Amino acid sequence: MAGERRHKGMRLSKLYSFKCLKPFSKEDHSQIGSRGYSRVVFCNDPDNPEALQLNYRGNYVSTTKYTAANFIPKSLFEQFRRVANIYFLVVAFVSFSPLAPYTAPSVLAPLLFVIGATMVKEGVEDLRRRRQDIEANNRRVLVLSKNGEFSKTKWKNLRVGDLVKVHKDEYFPADLLLLSSSYEDGVCYVETMNLDGETNLKLKHALEITSVEESSIKNFRGGVIKCEDPNEHLYSFVGTLHYQGQQYPLSPQQMLLRDSKLRNTDFIVGVVVFTGHDTKVMQNATDPPSKRSKIERKMDKIVYILFSILIVIAFTGSVFFGIITRRDVTDDGKKMRRWYLRPDRTTVFYEPRRAVLASFFHFLTALMLYGYLIPISLYVSIEVVKVLQSIFINQDQEMYHEETDRPARARTSNLNEELGQVDTILSDKTGTLTCNSMEFVKCSISGTAYGRGMTEVELALRKQKGMSMRPQDDEIKANPTKSVKGFNFWDERVVDGQWINQPNAELIQKFFRVLAICHTAIPDVDGESGEISYEAESPDEAAFVIASRELGFEFFARSQTHISLHEIDHVSGEKVDRVYELLHVLEFSSSRKRMSVIVRNPENRLLLLSKGADSVMFERLAKHGRQFERETKEHIKRYAEAGLRTLVIAYREVDEEEYRIWEEEFLNAKTLVTEDRDALIDAAADKIEKDLILLGSTAVEDKLQKGVPDCIEKLSQAGVKIWVLTGDKTETAINIGYACSLLREGMEKILITLDSPDIETLEKQGDKDAVAKASFQSIKKQLREGMSQTAAAATTDDSANEKPEMFGLVIDGKSLTFALDKKLEKEFLELASRCGSVICCRSSPKQKALVTRLVKTGTGRTTLAIGDGANDVGMLQEADIGVGISGAEGMQAVMASDFAIAQFRFLERLLLVHGHWCYRRIAMMICYFFYKNLTFGFTLFWYEAYASFSGKPAYNDWYMSCYNVFFTSLPVIALGVFDQDVSARLCLKYPLLYQEGVQNILFSWERILGWMLNGIISSMIIFFLTINTLASQAFRKDGQVVDYSVLGVTMYSCVVWTVNCQMAISINYFTWIQHCFIWGSIGVWYLFLVIYGSLPPTFSTTAYQVFVETSAPSPICWLTLVLVTFSALLPYFTYRAFQIKFRPMYHDIIVEQRRTERFESGTRTASAVSGELPVQVEFTLHHLKANLSRRDSWN
Amino acid sequence: MPSNTASSSAAAGSADSSTSRRNSKRPKYSKFTQQELPACKPILTPGWVILTFLVISVIFIPLGVVSLFASQDVVEIVDRYDNDCIPAPARANKVAFIQGAADKTCNRTIVVPKKMKQPIYVYYELENFYQNHRRYVKSRSDAQLRSVKDENQIDACKPEDDVNGKPIVPCGLIAWSLFNDTYVLSKNNQALNVSKKGIAWKSDREHKFGKNVFPKNFQMGNITGGGKLIPDVPLSEQEDLIVWMRTAALPTFRKLYGKIETDLQENDTIHVILKNNYNTYSFDGKKKLVLSTTSWLGGKNDFLGIAYLTVGGICFFLALAFTIMYLVKPRRLGDPTYLSWNRVPGGGR
Repeated sequence: MAGERRHKGMRLSKLYSFKCLKPFSKEDHSQIGSRGYSRVVFCNDPDNPEALQLNYRGNYVSTTKYTAANFIPKSLFEQFRRVANIYFLVVAFVSFSPLAPYTAPSVLAPLLFVIGATMVKEGVEDLRRRRQDIEANNRRVLVLSKNGEFSKTKWKNLRVGDLVKVHKDEYFPADLLLLSSSYEDGVCYVETMNLDGETNLKLKHALEITSVEESSIKNFRGGVIKCEDPNEHLYSFVGTLHYQGQQYPLSPQQMLLRDSKLRNTDFIVGVVVFTGHDTKVMQNATDPPSKRSKIERKMDKIVYILFSILIVIAFTGSVFFGIITRRDVTDDGKKMRRWYLRPDRTTVFYEPRRAVLASFFHFLTALMLYGYLIPISLYVSIEVVKVLQSIFINQDQEMYHEETDRPARARTSNLNEELGQVDTILSDKTGTLTCNSMEFVKCSISGTAYGRGMTEVELALRKQKGMSMRPQDDEIKANPTKSVKGFNFWDERVVDGQWINQPNAELIQKFFRVLAICHTAIPDVDGESGEISYEAESPDEAAFVIASRELGFEFFARSQTHISLHEIDHVSGEKVDRVYELLHVLEFSSSRKRMSVIVRNPENRLLLLSKGADSVMFERLAKHGRQFERETKEHIKRYAEAGLRTLVIAYREVDEEEYRIWEEEFLNAKTLVTEDRDALIDAAADKIEKDLILLGSTAVEDKLQKGVPDCIEKLSQAGVKIWVLTGDKTETAINIGYACSLLREGMEKILITLDSPDIETLEKQGDKDAVAKASFQSIKKQLREGMSQTAAAATTDDSANEKPEMFGLVIDGKSLTFALDKKLEKEFLELASRCGSVICCRSSPKQKALVTRLVKTGTGRTTLAIGDGANDVGMLQEADIGVGISGAEGMQAVMASDFAIAQFRFLERLLLVHGHWCYRRIAMMICYFFYKNLTFGFTLFWYEAYASFSGKPAYNDWYMSCYNVFFTSLPVIALGVFDQDVSARLCLKYPLLYQEGVQNILFSWERILGWMLNGIISSMIIFFLTINTLASQAFRKDGQVVDYSVLGVTMYSCVVWTVNCQMAISINYFTWIQHCFIWGSIGVWYLFLVIYGSLPPTFSTTAYQVFVETSAPSPICWLTLVLVTFSALLPYFTYRAFQIKFRPMYHDIIVEQRRTERFESGTRTASAVSGELPVQVEFTLHHLKANLSRRDSWN
Repeated sequence: MPSNTASSSAAAGSADSSTSRRNSKRPKYSKFTQQELPACKPILTPGWVILTFLVISVIFIPLGVVSLFASQDVVEIVDRYDNDCIPAPARANKVAFIQGAADKTCNRTIVVPKKMKQPIYVYYELENFYQNHRRYVKSRSDAQLRSVKDENQIDACKPEDDVNGKPIVPCGLIAWSLFNDTYVLSKNNQALNVSKKGIAWKSDREHKFGKNVFPKNFQMGNITGGGKLIPDVPLSEQEDLIVWMRTAALPTFRKLYGKIETDLQENDTIHVILKNNYNTYSFDGKKKLVLSTTSWLGGKNDFLGIAYLTVGGICFFLALAFTIMYLVKPRRLGDPTYLSWNRVPGGGR
């Protein structure tokens, strides 16, 4: 069939050796039809009665949490999972009974308000998700209809078995089985960025039997796919196609997954296998683990404390109540003590003869009465505040990335304050610290180093030698005619065709030809401008093709068998087209670490062009090919030091005979369908990749992202530890570590590795147990050594506290496996925590997550993981906070993250400014909440003591129910949203301020209990001052005396004034909003009093006209108010004054510094500038020294 | 933004940027969203601390003095009679006496210590009487008090809700336990008129107690509580009841009994013929008769003045203490050496 192809296209499947036609494991396929493998798909026949009977789900996708039907019950259920809310619900129910100290509506109203507000929030969030769903469900795709034509259909109407046609750059609407593509052999390229975050293109390959032309695919009927049931494994698929009496095994190679994108292929035709929620991507869409911040967890504890206080005071009250009530009737039952209560004819709640029962009921009443100790609106206020805080994070212009047009996004608002407490940052390297866009910066050809471009590391070195950076900058700027992405190479000897005049021009030509031919990239010619861009599997490869294009070896076309270049002839200097016949591609794999192509050049000579890692390439050189080996090795070493990735370039000529013999063997291996096929292909490839002639090496820079070193420096000044977990090799990781000032000058490095000769020999012997044992012992020994090293430093060094700065730990992946062993993890963590920086190289995604868990649970401190790729997802989900970089590599990390930023450097602002503020705000807010509720709640308790603990509240019911909602909530929210101790600029200038959060100073138990104590003291001051000034005497000139309603109003006014003024003196930042809310709340209270008091007495009861008629005209009420408010604030104010005097907090000092700065107005600007400059200078020096010492110690 | 679209990205990039300029996701700048609103940022500098304390003391001390003077201006006569008005032989069992049928009349003599200007308010004061007990407070029917229509709304009034199925008006424990001691005052053997008009709050009279609501079945139950009401006077005019039904906040309370609208001279002797009817003996409550003038601050109570003076004094003392502290041991503003963790660089843990 393959030979009869009519249309022109590529037979890429022939070229690739490893990717296509992977052997199938018979085992899996034998399971088809059994449990777990029972899916049957009737291709192009969804209306088949059998298919209808199967009743597979449609392609409608819903990611919403609620539906219209279950919204109310489900969201209510969610609400009442909170202890506090359950308590209030119970209270609300009991309030309908005579037990209630106040009327039921006044209890229900705030609860309904709070629950309602939260439900509205949930609803709005869900509506947003729903809108996204609708958008996805209504996208259109071409489906083969009954009349044999492709017509547009909505995604949601797709059915299993439908034949769909997807065009270039469209998303697949469901999991499809690839039938055919625009390429004649049915291959297509897929971008799976949304699934696994990898940007490279994946090659998918249809079965030969199905890869027919579009016109004939329409007649593709009768095929039946039997395959596995829906599952979440992205990289596995087991199935069989039954077609025309034959069975064809199916593999993941034929699967096109929903949410991945068709690239580089005009169109494909596929059959829908899994739809909607059955698709792999939806099966994978588990809710990310919901994270709660430490503060919130602690808050729960405080709520429990409050519950205990509640129970204790309720119990105390009940005991007294019981005793008093029992005495109301004498034992013989004849005499009544408090006869006016009619204890002889009473209900069970006041029955003196059953005082124990009565006091039990009283206990229930008291639980309700003192319910104001538990802030009902706390949770809802916190949620509101956090959402608003998130909006501020999203709106921050300083965290907006112009190039990618991405602002920061807080994907969850739960963790805002956690951002202010980060102790350890675990960072990915590639794409996070670096841009993950490779730039070709240097090369070494035939022993000569080319490339004048400077890497960041080199720039630092150069500066250290005293040379100015400036001229270099100018040179670089002046010379390249245009800046090209992926290309940062400049050398006057080579660019603009100048290489022709070099003595080794011929080798240079060969070198760049290898780069231009030996790859798997695909050119994409822009029809209008003629510019060529490339689709490559890896950014490195793209950089090579671009480099060769820029230097005159423009790869512009790839066909099935040919690669075409525009070249400059080195003799004539003219541009000519050269076409190379592509015979074989021996692809890159992680075990081979090299890639080769076999081509026939226009001169009809067979060439093997090869590029690969130095470790595998040098051993494959021919004797006569080692001419420049020494120089090249020297250069490679230097490049590695400069933080560059290197590859060795080599070639050889193959004679026809040798090729013929080899090809036969190779093709044999390729067509085998056995388990060891890969090994055989490997071996075959190995046979021809030998006797190579060295051409040189390339050096590609994975550039550090902008501002990374500064950011890391700032964060470490803030006392945050940074661990880098990378998949890179040790050397590269260390280099990057230096480049971004993670490892510094004067740091003692502790390297833990298993690359020791004895273990290698053991490995060669192949005894796995022995290797494991020896490795374990070796790691143990190295950890112990490290410990003693750090311990020694601690004892010898006087300034013992300097020690965390002194060590840098570097550990590789293999060692990490053992270090993470249960037996060693403690020691490992101990050692790591003694080191300032930790770098884990060659770590797998799983190890990243394990390390994160170890740090999180081992130290109990807050960890933040930051990464950009799918390999970081585990880490992001494991850490307390996951920050995704929404950079080059897909959205997978972002989808799993809690916060998404565009660049690593925004982390600085996210933590030091927003984190600090949010932490501070939430901590203060919670403390204040408890304060205000204790203040209020305890006045009730004191009043009880004066009402024989009968459960009579001191205030009118509605005053009380409005307390948390109207009179005190807005200022707290303003505090939670707007308060700043110091401005953003100062937060960044004094990173040490961040330690307030890390050490949890603002939310320590002392502080919380202090605030609670303040609340209790305030309540005592309020109550006792009020009842004593408004005692039994007349309180107005007209001789009237204070009654229940007047005392209630006055005391309540005192509470409202006190808690609001307390807010006013404890916040640091007064904008019009704060003024508005604080004074407004007090105003609302009086407004409420007037309005409520003017309602008919049946509604207002004791509040009827109480303000207007009774208490407002009484001077003593106002004098009491002034006295009480000031007195109640005095303890706090005095404490603060003492604290600032003797034990100021860090932010106090900074605020003062700012003030003194302002006073020194003349020198202010100058000092501000000079105060900031030295930091940078010092840092740069630091950086340089670091690189210098690194050179000495590492290489 | 895949990294492998090399040179096209330049072209695509420019296209991108032109579109992005149209609908860029760049957050809009406003002082609000960037959290840069102009703000006052108060700092507790030594100056401010001392100034605050001083200002408070400067305001509070005079206020205290004024309040004390106001309180001193008030002339108040308190006469506790609960014990004395039991005949000596009956004192062993006061409850039996008060519940008995014996004559409860009691004569008291009060000497006016200082000139008292009219109006002089007459109060009765009860101690250890829990008008704020929850059962007691709830035991009333506001609806019933207001209008005749609602006279059957007696749910809250148990056990004083009805007599033989007929509703009691006013129902409930509060009304039932109406205070019923009476005082007849005479000065130098001349009757001293004690006016009962206007002793209740106006709003109570006008809105809470109906003009056409008359007492019904009151104190007809098997146990008689306190005072009785005149059956043909509407509730809105029974001011004693209205005063009593405005429940007190605390167990010690005074209630207006009436007003004397003549001045009393120093050393005037006032003779009180007192009917000691009300039973406070079973719960050890005290009863007092109080005659008092008022100042602009109301009755006699030194507490407010003393409290103002005390707080003012404390603030003055604190101001002084802080001044001395700052002089003796000044801390340079913004001096970071005071930081607890500053000695632990790198955020030692």
